[in-house]
Amino acid sequence: MTNPILASYVVPVHPHPLLVPEQNEGWQRLRDAFDEARDHIKECGADLIIIYSTTWPSIIGHQIQADPNPTWTLVDQDFHDLGSMDYSFRIDAEFAEAWNQANHARGLQSRTVAYNGFPIDVGSVVALKLLNPDNAIPAVIVSSNVYANRAETTVLAKSCLDVLQSTGKKAVAVTAMSMSNRMFTEFIEASDDKIHSLKDDEWNRKVLEFLEEGRLEDVAQLSRTIHQQIRVQKVVTFKPMWWLSAMNDNRNDLTGRVLAYEALHGAGGAVVHLDPTSNGMGDKEYDEDDVEVYHGERNVLDAESVDESQASDSVNEHGPALWEPAEGKDAVNTDSAPKPVGLYPHARRVGDLLYLSGVGPRQPGTNAIPGGAIRDGDGNPLEYDIKAQTRAVVENIARILEEAGSSMEKVVDVTSFLVDMDRDFAGYNEVWAETLGHYGPTRTTLAIRALPTPIAVEMKVIAKI
Amino acid sequence: MIGRTMAKGSIVAGCLAPHPPHLVYAENPPQNEPTSEGGWEQLRWGYERLRESLSKIDHDVLVILSPHWQTYVGTHFLGLPHFEGLSVDPIFPNLFRYSYDLNIDVELSKAIHDKAADAGLAVKMMENPDFRVDYGTITTGHMVNPAFDKPLVVISSNRSRHYYSVEVMQEMMMELGRVTRDAILESGKKAVVLASNSLSHRHFTTESDVPEDMSKEHITSHAMHLWDMRIIEYMRTGQAQRIIDEMPEFTEQAIAESDGGGLTWLLSTLTVPSYPAILHGYGTIIGTGNAIVEWPCYAHEEV
Ligand SMILES: [Fe+2]
Repeated sequence: MTNPILASYVVPVHPHPLLVPEQNEGWQRLRDAFDEARDHIKECGADLIIIYSTTWPSIIGHQIQADPNPTWTLVDQDFHDLGSMDYSFRIDAEFAEAWNQANHARGLQSRTVAYNGFPIDVGSVVALKLLNPDNAIPAVIVSSNVYANRAETTVLAKSCLDVLQSTGKKAVAVTAMSMSNRMFTEFIEASDDKIHSLKDDEWNRKVLEFLEEGRLEDVAQLSRTIHQQIRVQKVVTFKPMWWLSAMNDNRNDLTGRVLAYEALHGAGGAVVHLDPTSNGMGDKEYDEDDVEVYHGERNVLDAESVDESQASDSVNEHGPALWEPAEGKDAVNTDSAPKPVGLYPHARRVGDLLYLSGVGPRQPGTNAIPGGAIRDGDGNPLEYDIKAQTRAVVENIARILEEAGSSMEKVVDVTSFLVDMDRDFAGYNEVWAETLGHYGPTRTTLAIRALPTPIAVEMKVIAKI
Repeated sequence: MIGRTMAKGSIVAGCLAPHPPHLVYAENPPQNEPTSEGGWEQLRWGYERLRESLSKIDHDVLVILSPHWQTYVGTHFLGLPHFEGLSVDPIFPNLFRYSYDLNIDVELSKAIHDKAADAGLAVKMMENPDFRVDYGTITTGHMVNPAFDKPLVVISSNRSRHYYSVEVMQEMMMELGRVTRDAILESGKKAVVLASNSLSHRHFTTESDVPEDMSKEHITSHAMHLWDMRIIEYMRTGQAQRIIDEMPEFTEQAIAESDGGGLTWLLSTLTVPSYPAILHGYGTIIGTGNAIVEWPCYAHEEV
């Protein structure tokens, strides 16, 4: 499969190159570099510009802008005296929604935002206004989650690639970020701007040297070190390179070019172009996990409620005994899917096809049922949320597929079992449309009397590998 | 001025008045677009008690320091007489889309600004009419005075703590507090000073489907609870100096929003009070600890 990223850019976040390039020669050189990038982007044939912005922090997972035409006037919190930034962007809301769903399928917490007046961040505004001034190419913007680690940020890129693959779109990937981000804490004359310290400058140059050699994954792997060395702690963690590298299949042999590197009120601002053409240099030393699905702490609320109010959600108290997945030739088993309730594997390979055992919503490890069990230990019916259950089924399916080297878009046929067709079909169908239905497999839905555990939905999946 | 003395200004009350947009959302005021089924009542009742208390104290102006107007280059002051617009919370846009309309006491803002400049702090007046007022200011402003019929002074939160340390932040905020106090006393006005920040500040990383589902609301960890109670106890027993002393540990260990300087500044404007504060309410919001506290200066200081 060819990677759908036609070009990647690193661009600075402060508004000086947009608003007042004439006040400082360095700011003007950054502006010229932006303009050069703009011309290249226009010619490269991209269907989409995707921006990962470090000046858009989020707390509840990642947020993706999905207002088709966000329009407002932005004023920078610090540099308000440089002027106002009117914006009116063209956002690919459909892509944003699909990315959001793909995030869920890969275990990430995320949501789209589409609200009049939503404050689009300065990094995104500067990038889009300068790189795509006439909105010739629709854009997508994603936030930088303050709690996200490498795994989460990497998976965020992979779910974005999922959608690019399934839609056949080609994209330009942009990270809006500072290099060193230490600014002068005093007001300075424009003409006096320089990188805050020699140490910051040296590190910036080292990082840019790597990028110029196309060694994106090396920079990604050095992210924590770079953060320690040249970032003001706690402001914005240096994590965009995790995303950008994963967007480029974690490659180290891109063709890189630094178009400009200058100071912005002391911070390091660089415009860098990374072309996917191989520079023919050696491969990476890849020494971190290549994460496919996010399994980290992401559900503080649910984890708590399992311990307390909803103990009956855990089926091993009342339900059938849990088994270790059956081993055997061609079997595919994973710790990240719920334990079987009998002697069978999670999936089995036959040629280039993969047959999954029936998958329910139980959570690997805790056995909790998202959305709640349908009955308690004594058989009394309980309220439950079919949408949450269905979503959890899809997430479990995604994990088993990943383990087998397959993925959601390769699903061929699904048989779904509902214990209460009248009550649950609509909710199940809605989640289906947002997730698996999006990739177009055939489907059959059956009503059945019961499932072995107190769940309302199970799916049987056949996929290509 | 011979033959006439201007009335001496005073700080009539100092308040810790946190700004989670959830509280405005839960009240369903006409200015906010999303609607809720309530929630976070403990805190909202606390704000009700604070409003009741402030309604009995004559005051002309509210002076707010909000951690959500974050400035890295100096401390800034809203410098135009009027701001209106729509404030959408970038993190909880589902909860907070609020049409604001508020007035600024530019004269007092400028007076604090000038005194801060004289004291060697980096300061700037914000005079761009397109500027969007931060949602922390608006939330605190709304919860304290929903009619917005008193002018505000709005001070940005300088993020010096990120650049240096909590100690440096405190030095700056103690100084800013002193000049804020001096400027208020010289102005002849009666002011309520408000630090708009929560206490422990570790959020949940997920939100329940119904954000106001109170069965999901609790402090993120026992350690956070202990820190919040410790700080509240110092407030209730008139030991503000101990809060200043323990601020570095509190800020680190409770990831406290007091890292924005608001609490230190507030205590400094009150000359680090040794009289007890009134706790109007405490509660958690998506796991963070929030206290509504009033130092009734009018009863303890020579006005
Ligand atoms: Fe806050």
